[in-house]
Amino acid sequence: MPLSAQPPGSAEPYLLTASLDNARHLSSLLRAVHFQDHATCFATVNGLRVTVEDAKCVQANAFIQAEIFQEFAVQEQTVTFRINLSVLLDCLTIFGTSSLPGTSTALRMCYRGYGYPLMLFLEEGGVVTVCKINTQEPEDLLDFDFCSTKVVNKIILQSEGLRKAFAELDMTSEVMQITMSPDKPYFRLSTFGNAGSAHLDYSKDSDLIEAFHCNQTQTNRYKISLLKPSTKALALSCKVSIRTDAQGFLSLQYMIRNEDGQICFVEYYCCPDENITEEM
Amino acid sequence: MKCIIGGGNVKVLGRAVYSLSRIGEELYLEPTESGLSLRAINSSRSAFASFLFAPLFFQRYEAGGPQPNTELFRCKVLMKSFLGVFRSLPSLEKTAEKCLILLKPQLSRLVVQLHCKYGVTKTHNLMFQECERLQAVFDTQQCASNLRAPAQVLAEAVVHFPPTLAEVTLRVDPEGKISLRNYVEDEAEPSKTMVTELWMAKDEFQTVAAAPGSHITFCLKEFRGLLSFAEASNLPLSIYYDTPGRPVVFTLDDTVLEVTLVLATLSDPQSNSQPPTANGVSHLPAPSDDFPDDLESYMIAMETSAYEESSRDPPSPTFPLRTPHPPNSDPEEGEEEEEEGSAVPGTPPHKKFRSLFFGSVLTPGGPNLAPTQEVLAEDSDGEY
Repeated sequence: MPLSAQPPGSAEPYLLTASLDNARHLSSLLRAVHFQDHATCFATVNGLRVTVEDAKCVQANAFIQAEIFQEFAVQEQTVTFRINLSVLLDCLTIFGTSSLPGTSTALRMCYRGYGYPLMLFLEEGGVVTVCKINTQEPEDLLDFDFCSTKVVNKIILQSEGLRKAFAELDMTSEVMQITMSPDKPYFRLSTFGNAGSAHLDYSKDSDLIEAFHCNQTQTNRYKISLLKPSTKALALSCKVSIRTDAQGFLSLQYMIRNEDGQICFVEYYCCPDENITEEM
Repeated sequence: MKCIIGGGNVKVLGRAVYSLSRIGEELYLEPTESGLSLRAINSSRSAFASFLFAPLFFQRYEAGGPQPNTELFRCKVLMKSFLGVFRSLPSLEKTAEKCLILLKPQLSRLVVQLHCKYGVTKTHNLMFQECERLQAVFDTQQCASNLRAPAQVLAEAVVHFPPTLAEVTLRVDPEGKISLRNYVEDEAEPSKTMVTELWMAKDEFQTVAAAPGSHITFCLKEFRGLLSFAEASNLPLSIYYDTPGRPVVFTLDDTVLEVTLVLATLSDPQSNSQPPTANGVSHLPAPSDDFPDDLESYMIAMETSAYEESSRDPPSPTFPLRTPHPPNSDPEEGEEEEEEGSAVPGTPPHKKFRSLFFGSVLTPGGPNLAPTQEVLAEDSDGEY
């Protein structure tokens, strides 16, 4: 490593130091949750979590475990700061986004603490770029409180099966309706657009469905504009789990395999639209 | 109407819809005893396309309702909506196993359901509008010239023209060589225009029964849609044309499918033409977009003026026959100039195409109003 952990002569250690041989392992995941300019970062001994929220209705989290990094050290239990995600992504991809085989951008990230900027050292082909991004006061975030005991229905699907459906969603529809049921139609995605309604049904025996645990028939509607950004996470992922709780809150968890075959997760939580939850 | 399309034919239907989408904004569906007809017409009424799928094309085909005397229901849907069902043709090819189309007037929805691999079913409930029958009146038997070639020959020729090119001229020279040339307006500056001319060998054509020296100019953009369908289906393309100004008809024939494209053509500026100001027809307003309602009054007006015209026998440039039409004949193949441009000076240059006159199913007695349908079950939600 050409860069040392701490600049010589400084007394305070950095609260957060992380090194990554391939910055794409971080940037691609951050892109999957980039639907707002700002994000809140949480660093713990387990790794990094980046959270983006919109309209107090939808929340996306990208998890990059400590094991993904070549070096990951935090000096406090949780290090939190708010940052401009658009700027962070621009810096991480400062050497360009196209990936030539064999070349990658190395990253070193340092954060001294409250009030200090996030320092990024990026290197590719002998060229080094230093970025300093101002951080802000972390904001209160929603807690969807989605634990496994509260889950009513759960389906695990191969992402392949949903990708086209999400890409072709009728965006003239204001909502996307999700029906999960132990009986027909089992799993249905519906839109109600200008042309009429469209329903996408997955049979529970479908080869695309890896796990089907539906206990109750639930039909919930979610604002399509809030869910559409999850298409990016879906595109990167190999598997997705769809879960709903008794209130109709939706949890989408995407399992993403990075270039080195390591597993990361992105999750989206969404509130149902105007509490139109029909128990049929 | 209920029909099921199996396996490989789903993509043929998808390609047909794509072809029709190059013509018009609305897709007309008409189930008949001889098959399901899908049609489209462009906004200036200068292009008409029809795909007739014979009952054999389907795994199952039921044209009408359960009662044998039920009037066969026809409707039109927004092209965008129907196209949305067949959005990605390559993946459709790979995953679609069956397509079901159900037209239930009482439900006021056209149901298009795709059964795909892996137990996935896509159901689209599309809103439709009832409509009058859409039919261009033409007669290929009356056309002086006829060409027939594998679609590939024309596709390979057309590729040399820029995608934005509007009009192209097909010409058969006195030696029988066939050429395609981009059409250049007379007013265009010679130094700024590029002319591309392509000659095709006579032996590449299966039939060349064309009047030597004949030529015809039509809109290339609208033709391309049919051409890509023809190429993909590997069917020979037949071209029927007559004198410039009369429509050109392109057809594709197959045992289970009949495709027709009728395009208006540019009339020859060299022919002894007279601006038809005395012609009562030229003062008629062009049919508005409110197609079914205005069409009746428009066509009644056409009929009336045609009778007047025949008694005066004006030297109309578009009619090759000099004899007047007998007063009780149906006004077939009448052409009507886009009169606004010629009447009002200073208007922007208008297309010199003549709009096709669309015959209707008007009974000789009078206008045929949409037959009243006996409502068996009231529609609880809105009409459309």
